[in-house]
Amino acid sequence: MAFTATKDDSGVYLIRIEGQLIVGNRQELKAAVATALEQGERKFCIDFSRTGYIDSSGLGALVSISKKVREQGAELRLSGLNEDLRSLFELTKLDTLFALSDTAEHAIEGLSE
Amino acid sequence: MTAPLPAALQLCVRRRPGPLGASVQVSLRVPSDVGCIEEVVDLLLRHCTHRAWLCRRMRFNLRVALAEALANAIVAGNREDRSKSVLVEADLSGDQVRVEITDEGIGFDPAGITAPLLPDELDRPNGRGLYLIQQLVDDVTFNDRGNSICLTLRRP
Repeated sequence: MAFTATKDDSGVYLIRIEGQLIVGNRQELKAAVATALEQGERKFCIDFSRTGYIDSSGLGALVSISKKVREQGAELRLSGLNEDLRSLFELTKLDTLFALSDTAEHAIEGLSE
Repeated sequence: MTAPLPAALQLCVRRRPGPLGASVQVSLRVPSDVGCIEEVVDLLLRHCTHRAWLCRRMRFNLRVALAEALANAIVAGNREDRSKSVLVEADLSGDQVRVEITDEGIGFDPAGITAPLLPDELDRPNGRGLYLIQQLVDDVTFNDRGNSICLTLRRP
């Protein structure tokens, strides 16, 4: 996995996951969000439009991130899940835990409101 | 003192022509290194999914189930002990793909694991792996010791 992190004009911290989010690399994502939270970021979008697949460790990392973000009074949205990736969230009921947007642009709009 | 280099993957592929297309047997010895999972999944998919009935969703499901089972074998089974390895044996023949993944751990009782699916459990970061595998492939079985899992995906 590689990811790119950028801050949008409206103050949303956008992380794009490229490749897989699995047991071997999930800690990098958790660390990136933890650092951004420490630096005062409060609006997060994690985008999966360039992601191949996610395993249960990756889902678990997202659950941990979501919890941490909420505890800090921050907001998180996930975006860009294709039909296959979305099925993983539906099977695990995590589609009810996360705010999901079709695109990063929609997620940013939702976070900016 | 420098850390030992991870052992290389050991791959053996056998192909035999057949009436429904070539059957393929793949045997792979994988070091207990989570960094290998992506490569192993790619290798298996490359050799074991050349059947027209394996649609995009089935390939995706197999990919995730394999990554999941390998992670369980390396992390929970072998506890990432680099002196241990994971044996992967895949068989694509007729109308099914069957993959057996065996670690060198003490095994576990799959009946003792429940996935966090209820609303007040969703914040739990762990426990979804086996459940996901069971949802993504047609059949999941274990040996008696619980250190070997067999995944089967069948033609719909």
